[in-house]
Amino acid sequence: MPLLDVRDLAVHYGGIKAVKGISFAVEEGEMVCLIGANGAGKTTTLKAIARMIAAHGEIRLRDERLDRLPAHALIGRGLALVPEGRGVFARLSVAENLAMGAYHRDDGDIAADLARIHDLLPRMFERREQVAGTLSWGEQQMLALGRALMGRPKLLLLDEPSMGLAPLMVQKVFEVIRAVAAQGVTILLVEQNAKLALEVCSRGYVMESGSITIADTAANLLADTRVRAAYLGG
Amino acid sequence: MVYGILGLINFAHGEIVMIGALAALAAMKPLAASGLPGPLVALIALAVAVLVCMALGFAIERVAYRPLRNAPRLAPLITAIGVSIVLQQLAMLIWGRNYHSVPALLPADSYEVFGAQINALQVIIMAVAALTMTGLLLLVHRTRLGRAMRATAENPAIAGLMGVDVNRIIALTFVIGSALAALAGVLVSANYGIAHYHMGFILGLKAFTAAVLGGIGNLGGAMLGGVLLGLIEALGAGYIGDFTGGVLGSNYQDVFAFFVLIVVLIFRPSGLMGEKVAERA
Repeated sequence: MPLLDVRDLAVHYGGIKAVKGISFAVEEGEMVCLIGANGAGKTTTLKAIARMIAAHGEIRLRDERLDRLPAHALIGRGLALVPEGRGVFARLSVAENLAMGAYHRDDGDIAADLARIHDLLPRMFERREQVAGTLSWGEQQMLALGRALMGRPKLLLLDEPSMGLAPLMVQKVFEVIRAVAAQGVTILLVEQNAKLALEVCSRGYVMESGSITIADTAANLLADTRVRAAYLGG
Repeated sequence: MVYGILGLINFAHGEIVMIGALAALAAMKPLAASGLPGPLVALIALAVAVLVCMALGFAIERVAYRPLRNAPRLAPLITAIGVSIVLQQLAMLIWGRNYHSVPALLPADSYEVFGAQINALQVIIMAVAALTMTGLLLLVHRTRLGRAMRATAENPAIAGLMGVDVNRIIALTFVIGSALAALAGVLVSANYGIAHYHMGFILGLKAFTAAVLGGIGNLGGAMLGGVLLGLIEALGAGYIGDFTGGVLGSNYQDVFAFFVLIVVLIFRPSGLMGEKVAERA
C-alpha cells in the first residue's frame, strides 16, 4: 500500500479547472517530484493534499482518507507542507517558529528533535532569538524546512524550495532536503527547476495544464525528448 | 487584541463592557441586600459579569463574525456596528433607559499621594488593571496558546498546517477579550458609581482611540495608548477652563479623545508603537 495515494483529484477555481482529476501515488521512503510549467497546477495539487483548498477526489495516507479531515488534523497524521515562498511567521522569533512546528506534539522528545534541527541547520541555533522576518530569504526557507521537520512528518510536501534563491543557497537547501530524505522521510517535491528536481528524485510526474501527462523514473524523464524540449532547455 | 488576530475592529467591544457592568449590577443588588460582606459581593458580581460576557463574546463570534471570515473587510466592520446596536437595544429592553447607581461595596477611604486625592477603590482599580495587563502580555508572549494566537494573526492558513485549530483560537480570543471587557465594565461602573445602557458607546470609542494611539494590533501599544489617553483627558479637562477663559469647562473632557484620534490619524496613522502595514485589499 503506498504511503500517499491520490485518486481523481480535481480542483476548480470558479469556473477554471486548475487540476483535472489526477491520480498518483508515493511509496514510503521515496522521493518523488511533480514538475511542469508555471500554472500547470502543481502548487494547487499540494495545497489540495494539505486540505488548504477545497478539492474533489480521494486522498489517502496509508488507509486513512485525508480528504475528510480538517487541515489542522493532518500534521498529527504525519503530513507536513512547506509552502511556496517563505511561509515562516515573520514576527515570531526563529525559536518560536520552530516551536510552532511542534505545536501538535506533547511527547517528551521535542527538545531532542530541536537539538537535531540545530545540528542540521546551525544558523537556526545562532539566530534563535531573532525575529524570522529579519532572516535572509534562503535562511527563511531553511527555517520553514526545520519547522516542518519539528512536526516529525512521515510525508513532507515541498513547494518550490528553490524559488527566489541564489544558486549557492539552492545547493544548500537541496543538501538539507537530501539529508532529510536519507533519514527516511518520504518527500513529494514540486519544482519548476525540473533538472534539479529530477537529479535528486527517483521518480517524477510531469504536469501540464491540470493533468499528469508523463509518469516515469527520473532517469528516463531526464532522457525523454519531450521533457528535454519543454523543461530542460533542449 | 481581536484586531491583532482577525484584522477586525470589534466596534461591539464597548457594548460588551456595558453588558458586563449591568450584569454585575444585576447580580449585586440581591446579594448586597442579603447582607454578605461587600468585597465578597463584588467578587461574585464580577464572576457573573465575566461569565455572561464570555458567553456573549463566544456567541457573537459564532453568529456575526465567523460566517464573514473570508468576506471583504468592510462587511464584518458593518456587522460589528450592527451587533453594537443590537446589544444596546437589548440592554435597554432588559435594564431600561435609566441610569443605575452602583452600590459602594468597597471601602472608599481617601489618601493623599503627592498632593493628589486617591481612594481605596481607585487603588484597587489600578492594581487590577496592572495585573491584568501583565497577565495578558505574559499569555500572548510566553505561552503556547499565545504563540498560536500570534501565528494565527500572521497567517491563519499556515498556522493551520502546524496543527492549530484556527476556529478554536479565534473563538478563544473573543472569549478572553470579552472577559476583559466585563472586568473593565465592572471597574468603570464602580469608579463612577453609575451604569446605563448607553455607556458602552463612548467607552468603545475611547478604547479604539487608545488602540490607534498606541499602534493598532499591538498589545503593548494599546496599553500605553490607554494610559496616555487617560492622562491627556484628565489634564485637558483640568486646564481647559484656564485656557479658554472659562468658556469651556471640564464637561468637554470627552472632546479630547476625538481630538487625539484625529491628530494621530493625520500625523501618525500607524500609532506610537505600530509598524507600517500595507493596507490589505
